[in-house]
Amino acid sequence: MELSDLTLKKARAGLENKDFSAKELVSATLERIQKLDPKISAFLTVCPESALKQAAETDELIARSQKLKALSGIPFSAKDVFSTQGIKTTAASRILENYIPVYDATAIKKLREAGAILIGKTNHDAFGFGSSTENSDFQVTHNPWNLNKVPGGSSGGSAAAVASGMGVFSLAEDTGGSIRQPACFCGVTGLKVTYGLVSRYGVIAYGSSLDTIGVITPSVEDAAFLLGIIAGPDPLDATTMPNPIPDYLESLNQGIKGLRIGLPKEYFIEGIDPEVKQSLDEAVKKFEKLGAKTESVSLPHTPDAIPAYYLSGISEVSANLARYDGVRFGYSSPEARELEDLYLESRAKGFGPEVKRRIMLGTYALSAGYYDAFYKKAQQVRYLIKQDFDRVFQKVDLLLAPVSPFPPFGIGEKAEDPLQMWLADIFTVTINPAGVPGLALPCGFTKNNLPIGLQLIGPQLSEGVLLKAGHAYQSQTDWHKRRPSLSA
Amino acid sequence: MEFKPVIGLEIHVELATQSKMFCGCPAYHFGVEPNTHCCPVCLGLPGALPVPNKKAIEWTIRLGLALNCRILEESKFDRKNYFYPDLPKGYQISQYDQPLCVQGKVILKEGQEIRIRRVHLEEDTGKLLHTEIDGEKCSLVDFNRSGVPLLEVVTEPDFRNSQEVDEFLKDLQRMVRYLGISDADMEKGSLRIEPNISMRENTKPKIQIPNYKVEVKNINSFRFVRKAIEYETKRQTELLEKGETPLQETRGWNEAENKTVSQREKEEAHDYRYFPEPDIPPLNFTPEEIAEIKKQIPELPEEKEKRFIKEFKLSPYQAGLLIETKKLADYYEEALKVNGKIDGRKYSSPSEIANWLINRKIDIKTTSPEKLIKDVIASKEVMLVSEAEMSRIIDEILTENSQAAADYKKGKTAVLGFLIGQVVRKIGSQADRQEITRRLIEKLGVF
Repeated sequence: MELSDLTLKKARAGLENKDFSAKELVSATLERIQKLDPKISAFLTVCPESALKQAAETDELIARSQKLKALSGIPFSAKDVFSTQGIKTTAASRILENYIPVYDATAIKKLREAGAILIGKTNHDAFGFGSSTENSDFQVTHNPWNLNKVPGGSSGGSAAAVASGMGVFSLAEDTGGSIRQPACFCGVTGLKVTYGLVSRYGVIAYGSSLDTIGVITPSVEDAAFLLGIIAGPDPLDATTMPNPIPDYLESLNQGIKGLRIGLPKEYFIEGIDPEVKQSLDEAVKKFEKLGAKTESVSLPHTPDAIPAYYLSGISEVSANLARYDGVRFGYSSPEARELEDLYLESRAKGFGPEVKRRIMLGTYALSAGYYDAFYKKAQQVRYLIKQDFDRVFQKVDLLLAPVSPFPPFGIGEKAEDPLQMWLADIFTVTINPAGVPGLALPCGFTKNNLPIGLQLIGPQLSEGVLLKAGHAYQSQTDWHKRRPSLSA
Repeated sequence: MEFKPVIGLEIHVELATQSKMFCGCPAYHFGVEPNTHCCPVCLGLPGALPVPNKKAIEWTIRLGLALNCRILEESKFDRKNYFYPDLPKGYQISQYDQPLCVQGKVILKEGQEIRIRRVHLEEDTGKLLHTEIDGEKCSLVDFNRSGVPLLEVVTEPDFRNSQEVDEFLKDLQRMVRYLGISDADMEKGSLRIEPNISMRENTKPKIQIPNYKVEVKNINSFRFVRKAIEYETKRQTELLEKGETPLQETRGWNEAENKTVSQREKEEAHDYRYFPEPDIPPLNFTPEEIAEIKKQIPELPEEKEKRFIKEFKLSPYQAGLLIETKKLADYYEEALKVNGKIDGRKYSSPSEIANWLINRKIDIKTTSPEKLIKDVIASKEVMLVSEAEMSRIIDEILTENSQAAADYKKGKTAVLGFLIGQVVRKIGSQADRQEITRRLIEKLGVF
């Protein structure tokens, strides 16, 4: 069993063929975390006891030759925004440092019911606010390809964990690129689903109208397998879609002959790193070779998507984060005597600077006299962005674009300039206001051996097509198979 | 200068649905052990999401229709942002610019029209309890009430005095009970009333609303609503006559001192930063769906009252008492059905049965309509066979006991019991005590 290049497919086969037991797999994963994570810092919490116990139970089932469930014995990690019953869930923020949920998020519940074993909770920018995982209140996660570089964000811990074989896959959340960008920076596959396809119940909210639940995996095939498990309507989330879930694996090998792929000119702009540009060009040629037809298209409102995204997101943030008030759970200032002091002190000490920045800006955007100019305008722009996508998807089936304008940057390089950091999301935030899905795939490496990624974007509920195209690409390339050399 | 009151109402009604507004917890909270009816949703735990209660939405529309409102085709929930420990999410899910129902009206008995501005749905908050534990002052929160569906009716400022308010509120309470959507009990807090009161100059056109208003909170009975309005109109008139403008503020009703007291000055409107609730998709209603809800509305008290007067030839007084609760009205009609099967002289008129029900304070929970009719008939039988006889016996007893009769007339009313006993003994077991008493008193009066 070689953990560094273990895919979900291989892990399931290994367990089924009894090449290794669930206990061996989980123990090896825990050992690997123990060895590697002091350098990478991907995990905020590791749960060896519950994981080993669950592994032993799985092995018992196997010994009694009972049929394995879809994910029996598979160790996985989850971004620390997913509520996990009895396991600390911090949102990487001091304000929830010791918060232990009493319930499981729906996605966690579904994975557990399918037999998957949670090995730990991964680091990220507090509440998902950031693109480098440097905004975590607890630790900075390092990119496994180069420990001086950021792993991307906000789900940097999840991407770094999967890239370094610490858990077979990771459950993550994408509000404006938080799955795709770190997947790209760490050379792994990341799926951001259609808004409403996967339940948000139990996931600590960032921007409720933008948040989507997805996975970071070693391959597209693995993502397709997992999506079939986590997708679907949830009576506990009124924004989930009622649509039945197709069999994503069935269409996976159909090939992409005749598929029309649009190259939005707003995403291939001056200023993109030349190495990124070159890898993208080669990827386009590869897709053409696979039978796709490519053409240049336009999404004219793309430049407006960034302010629309941030205004919508932070406005919702200002309300979503009001519950962290020191009254019922989380950090509560012990010195406060009066109610107002309790609010002020708990929030002043519990929230980091980026969180405060977004709460203040969001509060401002919703205030009387500014609502029309900011929040309302942003909603109108969202409508225009949606129209852009509707129009372009009448001409093409998918869009292909870079995930990030540049390869992974250095730790500390952008941390001092919040606006620069916000712009790191330039190619990923655009699709969230429209609610459409995106799939990030590795498509090359820089001279310095840093991963480069592309994203495929499709219309609402086009996950089947996205996964099919991504799988076709990965069948002919091996970028996704490369793993960082990590001397333990 | 003369001043006339301008009064509007904000009324909150807690709906009696099984479950809360946005989660599956039981909505019932009166006298329940604190913090036992809660879950991640109504405690505002991280990640929990609201799922709207369909029944509460239907019930709100039901009341809206009964108040002659227009039901919006598209409605939505909004977040109302403010911090308070009884508000676990830091925002209340309410409705801002697209309430479920708008533009209704109610006509009072004297013909005064009260316009209904809107009827919307929101969630109730938890309850704070200020207490002392181990000698230290502290505040506790009970979240059982958090997330209970709360309906709000807002009227236009169309009331001219406390009597109109009283009539409207009693009608509304009865309507809510008829619709079966709440017990509308003010003592339990399932009906809360906040009058807005100001005074306008009599000479100015009615359309011109004064430039201030006073809101009164913490009122827990209809009587106190009346008193608060009367107190405020007096207080404000005195200020205006001195040339002062009353402060725009929220005042509370102080039961002990029989007056309103200033709670906080509303110098500027609180900025609640309303925005659409992103966790709940907008609500859409087709005309068919609204028609379906309309079908669930039973005959309302006002219509029933009219029908009773017309169909059963009752006086407005009788009808008014009988329709007070739907149960009593239904009971009455049930009794009439039983009565309808009876022929001849044993048959009683609807009015007689109404009087029997009203005057004898019949407990309709323990007396079946069949038993009631039997009792009415029995009483008539007594009356029919012994009316003349009874009169003769009473005269006889009074003559035999002339001293007792004289004592009674001097004010020694206790002897009445003795006299009744004497008459009953002569008549036997069929005696109708109430009737005997009535006649005895009558006779003693003219003796």
